[in-house]
Amino acid sequence: MERLPRWADVVLVPLVSLLLAALIAALVILAIGQDPWEAITVMVKGSVMDSYGWGYTLYYATSFMFTGLAVTVAFHASLFNIGGEGQAQLGGLGVALACLFIPWPHWTLALLGAATGAALFGAAWAAIPAYLQAKRGSHIVITTIMFNYIAAAVLIFLLVDVLRPDGQMDPATARFPEAAQLPTLNQIPGFNLIFTSNVPANVTLLIALGMAVVVWLLLWRTRLGYAIRAFGKSEAAAKYAGISPFAIIMIAMLISGGLAGMMAINNVMGEAERLLQNSASGAGFIGIAVALMGRNHPVGVVLAALLFGFLFQGGAELGLWTKIPIEMRTVVQGLVILFTGALDVMVRMLLTWGFNLFRGGRVAKGAA
Amino acid sequence: MDYATLLQLLDTTLRLATPLLFACLAGLYSERAGIFDIGLEGKMLMAAMASASVAFLTGSVWAGLLAGMAASLVLAGIHGLASITFRGNQLISGVALNFVASGVTVLIAQRLFGQGGRTPPLAGDARFSAITLPFAEELRGVPVLGPLYAEVISGHPLLVYVALLMVPLTWWVLYRTRFGLRLRAVGENPAAVDTAGISVVGLRFAAVAITGILCGLAGAYMATALQAGFGREMTAGRGYIALAALIFAKWRPVAALWACLLFGFFQALALRPDVVEAVVQVKVPVPFLDALPYVLTVLVLAGFVGKAIPPRAGGEPYVKER
Repeated sequence: MERLPRWADVVLVPLVSLLLAALIAALVILAIGQDPWEAITVMVKGSVMDSYGWGYTLYYATSFMFTGLAVTVAFHASLFNIGGEGQAQLGGLGVALACLFIPWPHWTLALLGAATGAALFGAAWAAIPAYLQAKRGSHIVITTIMFNYIAAAVLIFLLVDVLRPDGQMDPATARFPEAAQLPTLNQIPGFNLIFTSNVPANVTLLIALGMAVVVWLLLWRTRLGYAIRAFGKSEAAAKYAGISPFAIIMIAMLISGGLAGMMAINNVMGEAERLLQNSASGAGFIGIAVALMGRNHPVGVVLAALLFGFLFQGGAELGLWTKIPIEMRTVVQGLVILFTGALDVMVRMLLTWGFNLFRGGRVAKGAA
Repeated sequence: MDYATLLQLLDTTLRLATPLLFACLAGLYSERAGIFDIGLEGKMLMAAMASASVAFLTGSVWAGLLAGMAASLVLAGIHGLASITFRGNQLISGVALNFVASGVTVLIAQRLFGQGGRTPPLAGDARFSAITLPFAEELRGVPVLGPLYAEVISGHPLLVYVALLMVPLTWWVLYRTRFGLRLRAVGENPAAVDTAGISVVGLRFAAVAITGILCGLAGAYMATALQAGFGREMTAGRGYIALAALIFAKWRPVAALWACLLFGFFQALALRPDVVEAVVQVKVPVPFLDALPYVLTVLVLAGFVGKAIPPRAGGEPYVKER
């Protein structure tokens, strides 16, 4: 059996995985007695056919870029960070504290401060599982899942008992001051020609794209990135080359947690403008799907984040305009993770088989 | 805290520990055979939905139980296919199936009943009713032990006792049967099992199937005994707590019982903040009580409460030598 050509591995494998996921999703929609074609039309119409839809699609995509990059960096060190959700919630706390308790003169400075706060808090939340993995060998998958639940409990406590202003009923912080509010795309010169109505997508999108470049530079153009990837490929070889496993596990997870935390400047600072309960609303988990779909490459992650932004916004439209419940998007998310992450060997086998069939046909013709 | 409150607390503990115990033992079979299963949560959820739906539609809790096990087995089969046949990443497969279950259960329940993803409340024969053990009333008068027997041990649905019986049964299967020996071997050193001429794939699929059945029982208990019907995300992380209990118990059945009872006790405490407050004399916020099982798990994993060493071949797909 021959190996797949590189282009097929990079382009065809995720594409076929996606098609299989879409096929199953269509069957699920059929099974609950709805029309898959109608579903896809509603989704496309509501998410990418006008600037208003794009405003939401890009807003979601921004969050997913951060969490996708977070999972990607950890993956390269062969660490599976399922804790993006908790880290993003803690990032939200960092944003809220920075915005509420420091009087910022201008939104640019507030953005800088809040982003730092978000990254620090997210990284801090990833630090404990990272330390336990590096020093005590506690499995990072289980510890990060536990930390998601602990984060939720911590935030409920803080929002209900500490940060909630007097006289307010719902568990949330006070609204951030005017100076800490980020411009949305319709308020930015240049973008306002496209986005004429008020959209949630904001200046954070540019930061997310910037972070994708930074992550690419870090992983493929720096010594540290090389060490991370070497460690991920083979711990024994990395050790032999003088790379410290402890340092790499810590650094990779801190970067990962920081990226997940930075997501909060998009949703908490850019959109909600106050910290709510369950602020990450699943974006931390979608990061897993985005990283897998994007084959752990920043370019792939950005594209996959756009796809999931479309799925998320489209899914919301499904919930509004059709009888298909909004939970459909969770199903699609699961299917994409399943096919791109767990059944990739099956997809590869299918493709190799297809290629061999094609090649075999040619060879037989040449012989005759 | 008086004796009656303690008994109430222990009674709740046993009821809440039961789904954890089923799921924990489910995970035990799978992980002892070398297949990590993060997807206990999804399987329980799927089983809860299927059992509540079928129990409501047929009016028979037994039909519901079967449906729950079948639904859980389907997910277990997919997990087996991905992680055994196609040698995929077991953790990712589990995570994926949890998402699929989380969404699909609501989709199906909404399609069947149109009540926002819930099933209608179950009643009568569509639920497991409480069983009064023999002599519970007669022995109530015996000091200390009588009320303990009547209040805590007696008066639970059948599945609670099934779960408790599963503990010695699992111990027996694992340590006293040929299948159990092979199951443990395949989780430690699959190559040796293969050399002995026993199918690694077959054994692992058998283990995953047992996991499916036990998760089915866990989910069915949740929807038809603990509560009266299915609601979205009703398992609320219990699959993960069971996984934590499994690590806490260091993958041993009897220890799993104690771990699940401990976590069940924490859940029972979280329901009674007033009792906690009376005992520790400080107001403890409920979120802290909710987080306790998770914090405890992290401490266990960190090795502060003894080192937990997983089965050696866990998580690694077996590739037969050629």
